[in-house]
Amino acid sequence: MATVELLLPPLAAHVRTARIVGVAAARRAGLDDDHIADLRLALGESCARAVSLHLEHAPDTPIKVVVRDDATGLTVEVTDAGPPATTPVAPVDLLDLDDTTTDPQVALTVLAGLVEGLVVTPLTIGTTVTLKWSLPPKETTTGRAGVSSLTADL
Amino acid sequence: MDLSLEDRTEGDRTVLVVGGEIDVYTAPKLREKLIDLVGAGNHHLVVDMENVEFLDSTGLGVLVGGLKRVRAHDGSLRLVCTQERILKIFRITGLTKVFPIHDSVADAVAATD
Repeated sequence: MATVELLLPPLAAHVRTARIVGVAAARRAGLDDDHIADLRLALGESCARAVSLHLEHAPDTPIKVVVRDDATGLTVEVTDAGPPATTPVAPVDLLDLDDTTTDPQVALTVLAGLVEGLVVTPLTIGTTVTLKWSLPPKETTTGRAGVSSLTADL
Repeated sequence: MDLSLEDRTEGDRTVLVVGGEIDVYTAPKLREKLIDLVGAGNHHLVVDMENVEFLDSTGLGVLVGGLKRVRAHDGSLRLVCTQERILKIFRITGLTKVFPIHDSVADAVAATD
């Protein structure tokens, strides 16, 4: 079990930073390659959405990303400080899009199609987007799910 | 990997070969390229995405913007893509009904409206 936390400046360049860290943490947690591709895209969408909102509403506030590997699976949380999201996610006509920015609603539409375990939680300020994947059972010799190897690698 | 963009002419079509990652950081570069091509009179575009490693909704928005620009000149924008992980985002957003998507550049160049 491990938790990785990132505080990202709301810059487009750092969306890639989040993807790289998220994929590394997910690989380490044992997520399979097909779902790694989904996680890469979903984490990128979540962070691009957050960057778009922060640039407009909270340019000096970092975006919080948490990747957690525990007994319930792999959980990714992206928390922004923009206006709270409205749920359920309303469909968007992509042909009406502005092509100069990330549309927060389109990002949520993509996430809804990509991640079965998507939860969008509006907060007093901001929104937490939670993405969840199941993990394969870990091979254990001691009954303490991977604790010794995790410690060794750290 | 950053974004790479190379264009060439095949008959009356302009083929834009895109490689690398199309995301919120690199999408403006693709947008500018499409604007330049259309502005220079290239109204029938084939965008070869076989070497694209990542595409997000910001990139989709730029492709939609390109499509609207060529359509304003009675042009066309066709995509070449066989990668399942890239096609998936087109399916999720319903854009497979908007963009003609081909298996090869030759097929896209030979296609007629």
